[in-house]
Amino acid sequence: MWIQAWNYMIKHSDKILNWTLQHLYIIVVANAAAAVLGILIGIFISGKGRERLADTVIYLASIMMTIPSLALYGILMGILSALTLPSIGFLPVVIALTLYGLLPIVRNTYTAIREVDPAIIEAGRGMGMSELQILIKVKIPLAVPVIMAGLRQAIVMNIGIAAIGSYIGAGGLGQPIFRGIANYRVDLILIGAVFVSLLAIIADLLMGRVEWLTTPKGIRIRGRRT
Amino acid sequence: MIKLEHVTKIFPDGTRAVKDLTMEIGKGEFCIFLGPSGCGKTTSMKMINRLAPLSSGKIYIDEVDIMKLNPNELRRGIGYAIQNIGLFPHLTVAENIATVPILKKWPKTKQRTRAEELLELVGMDPGTFLDRYPSELSGGQQQRVGVARCLGADPPILLMDEPFGAIDPITRGKLQDEFLKIQAKIKKTIAFVTHDINEAIKMGDKIALLREGELVQFSDPATLLNAPKDEFVRNFVGADRSLKGLRLHRVRDIMQESPQIVKLGENPVEVKACMERDKLKWAMLVDDQNQFLGWVTYEDLREDKPIREIIQPAAVTAAPETPLNEALSMMLNSAIGNLAVLDEQKRLLGVLTFENIREVLGQAGSAQNGFGGKDR
Repeated sequence: MWIQAWNYMIKHSDKILNWTLQHLYIIVVANAAAAVLGILIGIFISGKGRERLADTVIYLASIMMTIPSLALYGILMGILSALTLPSIGFLPVVIALTLYGLLPIVRNTYTAIREVDPAIIEAGRGMGMSELQILIKVKIPLAVPVIMAGLRQAIVMNIGIAAIGSYIGAGGLGQPIFRGIANYRVDLILIGAVFVSLLAIIADLLMGRVEWLTTPKGIRIRGRRT
Repeated sequence: MIKLEHVTKIFPDGTRAVKDLTMEIGKGEFCIFLGPSGCGKTTSMKMINRLAPLSSGKIYIDEVDIMKLNPNELRRGIGYAIQNIGLFPHLTVAENIATVPILKKWPKTKQRTRAEELLELVGMDPGTFLDRYPSELSGGQQQRVGVARCLGADPPILLMDEPFGAIDPITRGKLQDEFLKIQAKIKKTIAFVTHDINEAIKMGDKIALLREGELVQFSDPATLLNAPKDEFVRNFVGADRSLKGLRLHRVRDIMQESPQIVKLGENPVEVKACMERDKLKWAMLVDDQNQFLGWVTYEDLREDKPIREIIQPAAVTAAPETPLNEALSMMLNSAIGNLAVLDEQKRLLGVLTFENIREVLGQAGSAQNGFGGKDR
């Protein structure tokens, strides 16, 4: 079985590369959208007097996470075809993954901004920073590491969910898996599973590095002079 | 300079934090807002830079109604330091100190030189610390940077909310001393919040004692100690008023000239003869630059021993600015029972004896009794 998988991989490396690239493309587009939306929503709901809204938004986002991806694809297919947009393939999968990615990003952005030490904010305000300056110069830089951790979580999670997108024709590393299930080809399933995992591991390591690099020097925990 | 007229603060929940507060802080005055927690002292201070909006009343700075100013502009013109310091952890010490200069868009080089100046002023080496981050500093150093930051754009007014609150007592005492020295140079108008009566007496030119949002007594520290207005003030000031009164005096006020100064090369026999004549038990030893080396006692002086072998080095010495209460506790801890008073270059200025302190205690005691009698 492993040997079969190995042989298949050698023989059809171009196919595997193609699936991987499709997979990556979906992930990059969906998570970029989730990052932009999620950070903006997170910042917006962290504003003063929006606690109720924040609770609602985060609650909705967590409910979103509980919808099985196949069901979500089905719902999206209905909505998209009503809007005369492509209801299978790339678009519904990207939309679904964007929605899934929102929760960790929104929640982390919101929490990180809310948890900036009030003394720091008071000092900024007391020295004459406007609310916008406090947000841009103080809150966001301090929230960056936690926001990046949310993005990392979203990406790793979505790499797994994206595989199911092959079911509605979005391509990617789900394809060998579904093909393997249909044809009793365990080697194909193995290839899909291994590459999805590899992708997730590499993305996790990479994002860990990005998280570190985007963390302002003064708040990095490791490698600090004492 | 700062005038509060019938200032009242009512919180949204209906709490009346400050009630009809009217007072004036003169230019260059160090004014303390003192009181137990919840007395409205912090709120009163925060109304001056509009961090706490006024419910009613007026506040004027240099005759200008603060409500007519843009709040951010107003705050950039007033230094602000708080107990939790609130340094920006993602910015370097230099960037922290230059917060207001950056907001005011000073040129980069001027921001940097200003940060250097201020770091030096608070006793930290700019070369070492300018480019460090707050997490790399000790608590005391962070407080110093906090003080430097509130002086960033050289504002005429400083608001300080227990700026030395979150550190150990020894460092706090040191920072208080240093800040007093700085204030003697820069002469800012200061509103300073504390709940610590000792800090208030040590630092303030004027003390505003508040209780439940009302101004109970507004006077200089000596009057507060010697003529408390009512029972509340008396209790707050505490029973050991005469000891606290020592804080009002500094070593320079009562120190005396050293009765016998000895140089290293002098002949022990001659020195001993001199001391015998003047009935002195000790003499003070200095080098050629008049730098203090230690004490020499009468008993130790012997013909066959050069003076350098019988020096008793001083474990503690006082500065002219040291408050008397601290001088007293230093004295109790030193073997010789007297305190050498030195300038910053360790040159001998004079000596403080226990007698000197007892005289002050005697005066404070009698003044207190006099007022106490009148009150009752």
